[in-house]
Amino acid sequence: MKPRTKFLIGGAVVLGVAAYLAVTSIKETGIGYYTPTELSAKLQADSSFRNVGVKVGARVVPGTVTADPGGKRYAFQVTDGAHTFPVVYRGIAPDTFTDSVDVVVGGRMGADGTFQATELLAKCASRYENAPTEQKYKQTPGYKAAAGANRA
Amino acid sequence: MILIGELSLWVALLMAAWSTTVSFAGASMRREELIDSGVRGLYATFAMIVLASVGLWTALLSRDFSLEYVASHISSTMPSAYVFTAFWSGQAGSLLFWALILSGYSAIAIATSRKRNKELTPWATGTLAAILLFFLSTECFKANAFTRLSFIPLDGRGMNPQLQNPGMAFHPPNLYLGYVATAIPFAFAIAALFTRRLDAEWLGVVRRWALVTWFFLTIGIVLGMWWAYVELGWGGYWAWDPVENSSFLPWLTTTAFLHSIMIQEKRGMLRKWNVVLVVMSFLLAIFGTFITRSGVIESVHSFTQSPVGPWFATFFFVSTGITIYLVATRLRHLEAKAELESMVSREAAFLYNNLLLIGIAFAIMWGTIFPIVSEWWSKEKITVGPPFFNTVNVPLGLLLLLLTGVGPLIAWRRASISNLKRQFLSPSIFGLIVGVVMIVAGMRSFYAIVCYILCGFVTGTIVQEFYKGMRARQSIHQESAVAAFVHLIGRNRRRYGGYIVHAGIVMLFAAFAGMSFKVEQDVNLRTGESVEMKDPYGHDWKFTGQGVSTSERNDHASQAVALEAWRDGKRYGLMSSEKRQYFDGQKQPLFNPITEVGIKTTARQDIYIVLAGVRDKDTAELRVAFNPLVVWVWLGGFLMMIGGLVVMWPQAERRNAQAGYVAVLPSAATFDSEVPAGV
Repeated sequence: MKPRTKFLIGGAVVLGVAAYLAVTSIKETGIGYYTPTELSAKLQADSSFRNVGVKVGARVVPGTVTADPGGKRYAFQVTDGAHTFPVVYRGIAPDTFTDSVDVVVGGRMGADGTFQATELLAKCASRYENAPTEQKYKQTPGYKAAAGANRA
Repeated sequence: MILIGELSLWVALLMAAWSTTVSFAGASMRREELIDSGVRGLYATFAMIVLASVGLWTALLSRDFSLEYVASHISSTMPSAYVFTAFWSGQAGSLLFWALILSGYSAIAIATSRKRNKELTPWATGTLAAILLFFLSTECFKANAFTRLSFIPLDGRGMNPQLQNPGMAFHPPNLYLGYVATAIPFAFAIAALFTRRLDAEWLGVVRRWALVTWFFLTIGIVLGMWWAYVELGWGGYWAWDPVENSSFLPWLTTTAFLHSIMIQEKRGMLRKWNVVLVVMSFLLAIFGTFITRSGVIESVHSFTQSPVGPWFATFFFVSTGITIYLVATRLRHLEAKAELESMVSREAAFLYNNLLLIGIAFAIMWGTIFPIVSEWWSKEKITVGPPFFNTVNVPLGLLLLLLTGVGPLIAWRRASISNLKRQFLSPSIFGLIVGVVMIVAGMRSFYAIVCYILCGFVTGTIVQEFYKGMRARQSIHQESAVAAFVHLIGRNRRRYGGYIVHAGIVMLFAAFAGMSFKVEQDVNLRTGESVEMKDPYGHDWKFTGQGVSTSERNDHASQAVALEAWRDGKRYGLMSSEKRQYFDGQKQPLFNPITEVGIKTTARQDIYIVLAGVRDKDTAELRVAFNPLVVWVWLGGFLMMIGGLVVMWPQAERRNAQAGYVAVLPSAATFDSEVPAGV
């Protein structure tokens, strides 16, 4: 056999194993990612879907966050505009987690309709963000102080 | 100055358009005056972008809040150092920063290669000007840093305090310096394809710039890991987040290229492949920028949905299309000049190295874009996380580590049994000893044991190489050990610089394997209460709460907890972690409270404590972790940087001439691996 052929066979074996690992481990470790609306549609169609681990991307409803003083349990509501549901997260939240940020919660929907999260990722809107519009600007503390001073 | 900067930006746009047009026209019509004008246009673009950048820096440092960009990224209380780095902390600024680096690189690359590569330069100039044109139009039309607000706010919004960290100040510019450098090899590859001059000529320029890419990406990635580790408080340094992945992809392809280029230089093989790798690195850099800027993939690095996404996607597809067309029409000029002679040879080892690097890159790419693929395929978005990336990449990575030891020592063309025995006997024995020691010490994880055996093996090969080289020098030149060491590296920079990089890689692998033994525990401690833990090495630890304190500074207030640590009954030291709230000039809170992690670093492990919160005034809720071998990640990264510098350091002309000769006449290059022929 020519070395070139041997190399190609060896290469095919290596890449084949890699591809096999990639495909099987996606089956085993892949997690569905839904919006609240998609999740509620799924649950209506099949209530056993409660026992499946999922990720939900949504926005925290402003004013709903209650944090345990110890900082290891958080309750809040998330929404995508159409559907809203409560979430309880046990663990340390990232510093970027706050009212009205976009979050990804990982866990499962409980029988009482509260999402039990074991994973919480917060997307920080203030990092590397596009320059704010004037509207957004008027909500910042600096602007409010300036506006107050002008009025006085 | 700010106005001058804004105007310069538009002039730069015109200059880039001019340079693109006349360079391509001049190159295809072979008109000297047009070519010269194109080059001057490129220099002028650079000068104008410098002016624009000075303009933006002036605006930032004078804290001119009438500019939207300034007002939204800095505040009046921020330290000036971070005001300076705010230049690239937003979208519009980072695009300008890209253009600044790209035009600077282009000017250097064209100025230095004009004389030597007369045929290639005009096409390369045109390509670079076209890329600049793309970045400048995105900047001018979609995200202009000089946009003004219709009112002047009293203070800016400031920078997130998490970003006010030296690691974060240097991480993005290093990544940009690396990303952008991929454009130079790309431009020369395009030029070589256009002119059908696909021999050694273009490789000389390209190799140096590929090294620049590799060097800065390495620094950028390691700094990013360091920042995430010390600042974010989740206790790790790599999470396989899409944005992390997209910085890693061009690093992998560039690393593959730096290896496969040696095969082309020495044996005239892999000519198509090298063009593909060069192009792929550039396209992946663009893809990475697209991923980070467009928001098509969920990432914690949300740079928010932005208008530049479609622009980047278009640019990506257009460049891909042009390259595929060029390669397809020039295949016959890319035929290999030699064939693989044996599976047991350096060529084969390098081929497998390339295969693995690209395999890893594809697996990472697949996992990263899988949410999009699955949604398109089955209407259901499936995400994958660290388990996926680890399952696939750990075995591939370990094979790669094995080749790190084999590749540099095995003979070219066909290795003999005596070559194999001479080069690999002692390192293999050393590796096995390391493995036995690990098993005796109680290690039971299969992958970790394999990893440490391979680390031992590769370390053995590197030490053996340095030892043999130094011995040879000492006996020939009668030098001291230190002089022999220094001269050995100095005279064969590519080869020994490469070994230094490999030593850094070994440290990284050892550290990654160590991290699989991480131990962590959530604890609640009142003042005086203690918790006991066992570290991965089996030592007994006790942590005693020393109480919660609060303090206030000029720009932040903090709440801190202190712990006293005891190891095996002996007092070890004090550690603390705090929560901080930053304010602006009016004492209004800025951003969320942030956590300052407490870290005690030793060679064996980091003790890492994170304050989650305080309950009932004096009960601190904490996470305490033992992170093994973390310091070796930073040391390994540092060593890779040093190795990269050694390799990049300019060689004497004589050696370059020799390398060129070897590349043109591959059949002459049949050195045994022991001949230090500037590997």
